Amino acid sequence: MDHSQNHIHDQSAANLCYQFGSDNPFLGMGIQQPFAPFTSPFGACSSTNIPHMDWDPATMLDNLTFIEEKIHQVKNVIRTMVDNGSQLPCRPGELGQQQQVVNADLTCLIVQLISTAGSLLPSLKNSSFLSHPPAGHTGIVKHVGSSSSFVPNELCSPEDYEELFKGFTDGAMEGGIEIDNVLVEELDAKDGDEGGDAGMDGEILPPGSYELLQLEKDEILAPHTHFCTICGKGFKRDANLRMHMRGHGDEYKSPAALAKPPRDTSAEHEVVKRYSCPFVDCKRNKLHKNFQPLKTILCVKNHYKRSHCEKSYTCSRCHTKKFSVMADLKTHEKHCGRNKWLCSCGTSFSRKDKLFAHVALFQGHTPALPTEAKTSSDQIGAVGSHQEPAKLPNSMGSSFMWGTSSGGNSALDIKGFDGCSDDFLSTVNFGSFNFSFGPADGFTGEPSGGSFPMMPSEHFQNAQKKGKN
Amino acid sequence: MAAAAAHRNNKRRRFSPAPGPTSATAPPLDSLADELLFLVLDRVAAADPRALKSFALASRACHAAESRHRRLLRPLRADLIPAALARYPSASRLDLSLCARVPDAALAAAPSGSSLRAVDLSRSWGFGAAGLAALAGACPDLADLDLSNGVHLGDAAAAEVARMRTLQRLSLSRCKPLTDMGLGCVAVGCPDLRELSLKWCLGLTDLGLHLLALKCKKLTSLDLSYTMITKESFLAIMKLPNLQVLPLVGCIGIDDDALGSLDKECSKSLQVLNMSHCQNVTDVGVSSMVKSTPNLLELDLSYCCPQVTPSMGRSLQTITKLRILKLEGCKFMADGLKAIGSSCVSIRDITDVSVAAITSSCTSLISLRMESCSHVSSGALQLIGKNCSHLEELDLTDSDLDDEGLKALAGCSNLSSLKIGICLRISDEGLTHIGKSCPKLGDIDLYRCGGISDDGVIQIAQGSPMLESINLSYCTEITDRSLMSLSKCTKLNTLEIRGCPRVSSAGLSEIAMGCRLLSKLDIKKCFEINDVGMLYLSQFSHSLRQINLSYCSVTDIGLLSLSSICGLQNMTIVHLAGITPNGLTAALMVCGGLTKVKLHEAFKSMMPPHMLKNVEARGCIFQWINKPFKVEVEPCDVWKQQSQDVLVR
Repeated sequence: MDHSQNHIHDQSAANLCYQFGSDNPFLGMGIQQPFAPFTSPFGACSSTNIPHMDWDPATMLDNLTFIEEKIHQVKNVIRTMVDNGSQLPCRPGELGQQQQVVNADLTCLIVQLISTAGSLLPSLKNSSFLSHPPAGHTGIVKHVGSSSSFVPNELCSPEDYEELFKGFTDGAMEGGIEIDNVLVEELDAKDGDEGGDAGMDGEILPPGSYELLQLEKDEILAPHTHFCTICGKGFKRDANLRMHMRGHGDEYKSPAALAKPPRDTSAEHEVVKRYSCPFVDCKRNKLHKNFQPLKTILCVKNHYKRSHCEKSYTCSRCHTKKFSVMADLKTHEKHCGRNKWLCSCGTSFSRKDKLFAHVALFQGHTPALPTEAKTSSDQIGAVGSHQEPAKLPNSMGSSFMWGTSSGGNSALDIKGFDGCSDDFLSTVNFGSFNFSFGPADGFTGEPSGGSFPMMPSEHFQNAQKKGKN
Repeated sequence: MAAAAAHRNNKRRRFSPAPGPTSATAPPLDSLADELLFLVLDRVAAADPRALKSFALASRACHAAESRHRRLLRPLRADLIPAALARYPSASRLDLSLCARVPDAALAAAPSGSSLRAVDLSRSWGFGAAGLAALAGACPDLADLDLSNGVHLGDAAAAEVARMRTLQRLSLSRCKPLTDMGLGCVAVGCPDLRELSLKWCLGLTDLGLHLLALKCKKLTSLDLSYTMITKESFLAIMKLPNLQVLPLVGCIGIDDDALGSLDKECSKSLQVLNMSHCQNVTDVGVSSMVKSTPNLLELDLSYCCPQVTPSMGRSLQTITKLRILKLEGCKFMADGLKAIGSSCVSIRDITDVSVAAITSSCTSLISLRMESCSHVSSGALQLIGKNCSHLEELDLTDSDLDDEGLKALAGCSNLSSLKIGICLRISDEGLTHIGKSCPKLGDIDLYRCGGISDDGVIQIAQGSPMLESINLSYCTEITDRSLMSLSKCTKLNTLEIRGCPRVSSAGLSEIAMGCRLLSKLDIKKCFEINDVGMLYLSQFSHSLRQINLSYCSVTDIGLLSLSSICGLQNMTIVHLAGITPNGLTAALMVCGGLTKVKLHEAFKSMMPPHMLKNVEARGCIFQWINKPFKVEVEPCDVWKQQSQDVLVR
């Protein structure tokens, strides 16, 4: 549960870091409500009574004890979260509250640590950390507290978020966000402490050799990963965003702005990145006993969709197979219904060699032709029996010719035949013959067509064959 | 002939008392046992096929006997099949090679339970799976089916063929749509297959062939030429226990690797192997292959090994039974040929040295083909005649053969086929030697032998009574005298006298009356031949199948009389002044069995298109020629010079 929120945790922490670097970095963490009993007696002495120049061992001891206590407390909170998380499915609201608590505690701890360390440094006189009145920052803290799980959106500026996201999506490409990387490293170290070595078992990569990132569900499922900083429009590709940006003014039309962001320095390449699935109990989740990291952001996306999302794409051919990734559906549709290699026993195979291995193995099994071909041949067979009457004109016509040609005085006979040829086409006596000639006029006459007009069915068969082939 | 005459007398004797009351008592024909009668009929049919018809017409008993006798049916048109099968119920073979178009309905008309064992559909088209299904249903005993050239037959047809369980011999050559599925059906459905031809079945792959090798263990002959077979199924096929004949012409998938992988498990039954035009086979592969095929009798390696090396020659020597080895188109290394030694070799590019080597080492040579071997001197050709006295076939077309060479060849008394076309140096004297000493000559080719005249041909005709085929094209000195002497050769079936302007209808009429078996006739540019010759042909040459009439003086009348020959299949009618479109149309309509007609292009527009379509639909193919009209025949030496000039260019 804690870890499903780790990234956001990061984000808020990162935010804090920013504010450290800024003018008033020191937040009044200690005054947060949940820890009021601890902070109130302490805060008085720590913020007001501590002499700057001379450091008091007793005070130091107190400080350290406080930090220790605090750590224990946070540990407890987190432990309960883990316990709960394994039993119940996480609810966003509850999660947010608990996360607030942890956030606040950790910030408090950091502040304490820094202040303690600052008091230890002899050169650090009048440390600005301690000089700030804590009350002035409660608003911000409260703001942090009230923000929901989508802390980054609220806290970070859009640019930051963009950059952060690019860092994730483009891998090592845009490594300009040192903060992000540093923090993630911190986080990883922390994870290692908390989860022990259980999560990294069975890995080829030793646990420390890569940095582990975990995206949020919403980030994984986001249709767009690149957003316009001006109008907020989302894009799938960085290049499309750059094209879009041209519309926002001339400064985006410069070659430098339109150019592809340069690949990063070699130092960045050395850090191997691996990803964890945000779904707890998934094998790809870093808390899993046999955790196996995902290699790329694309793997994360496909894995999450396939394993933890609803399968919304249904195959339009078989209406049974469902997929959550469009590419999977398309791959399936390529093979669905087609290339079915059938055996006479009714078994079907997706691959021809499998069918032939099956046929070779079993006595009497035969490769069966696809059903379409079978039905067509059956139809032809039926038509073939219909051809009996249609055969008559043929035999009649040819027997007529046969008779003339076998006659002894052929020349005369043939002359007569030739003379009357135009007539007999239309005479009633040769009605059947006429039938055979009738379509001949409209007959295309290709030599290989093989469709003598007296066999309309044959034409049909040929056409079917052509269609089949 | 004598037997036929005796029979006619028999019939007459039997028939003469027929009107009388005593006719019922022991007619002589009935007293003959069927076996004896059939033997007599066999001899009669061999002499004159039409004698059987007159025999059958003699009486009811004769008719019945003839019906029982005939085994082979070769109808001229597909619509005669039902009638023929009804008339000859005991016929076992149905040869449809004369029917260009066989519709499904014709096949379906075969009565069920017929005794047909063999059906030949190799030259027919127009039928499909439905017709084959009907055939399979009607002929339960069918053992031999030839479906070659069924370029439209695919898997559906093969699935119907697979229902013929007893099939032993099947040809599916050029059934290009056939795929592994169809072959798989056949392999499973016809387990008794002995001989199978899958030549040019380009749709087949190793999967189907492998299945075939698994299922049809009785195969003895398997033609896989021009298929896509590779090593995968080749090894399985070579393990077929009974395989004896395996043509693998033009199989580019067979390479040295495949041949080298043959191991000792390979079947030892293989006797004939043809690997010509297998481009990827070299001497290395051959050498490794012969180790696993020790019983080879014939091996054809033409155009496959780029080089014959001595090591390959030595490895071939290990096949002790080898009778025929063809190495056409192979480059020889000098030692390679010597190493091969005692086998028969037919090669190109022969030189004198190699002829000497062959003649001295192959004294039992039976067949020698040396077409266009211009390097060979006449002296070397004399060596052939002197040393190879067992020669039966000799092809010396376009060589320097002269009368001395022919005189030497006279020693080859077994010569049956002699091709000496374009040998301008031979004359009547040489032919006289051949005519006197080669009585078994059946086939002689004297194409463009300008030096010969009637005397030489008469010598040949008198000396070779078994002559079946003679080519005298462009022997311009030939006259009717030659034809008259040739008419005594009763077995003559092929006569080519193209470009002999001095022969006339008188000579042709002698041929027509004497040579009743004449089936191919080429009288192109015999300007003297006119309608009279055609009338004689139509009266006597009922076996005529193919005729070339171009440039003759034949008119419509001659053509129409010719068209009464019902078996006529192939006609070439170009540049005939006396032919009109009407006469041509009538002739084409009457000849029902035509399969191919060559006509001048001008007729295409002059003839009624629906008539042409009708003739085409019967299975006839028209070929339209537009060559220019060219009457003169140049002398042979001029022609040879011209053709050589063309070659040089």
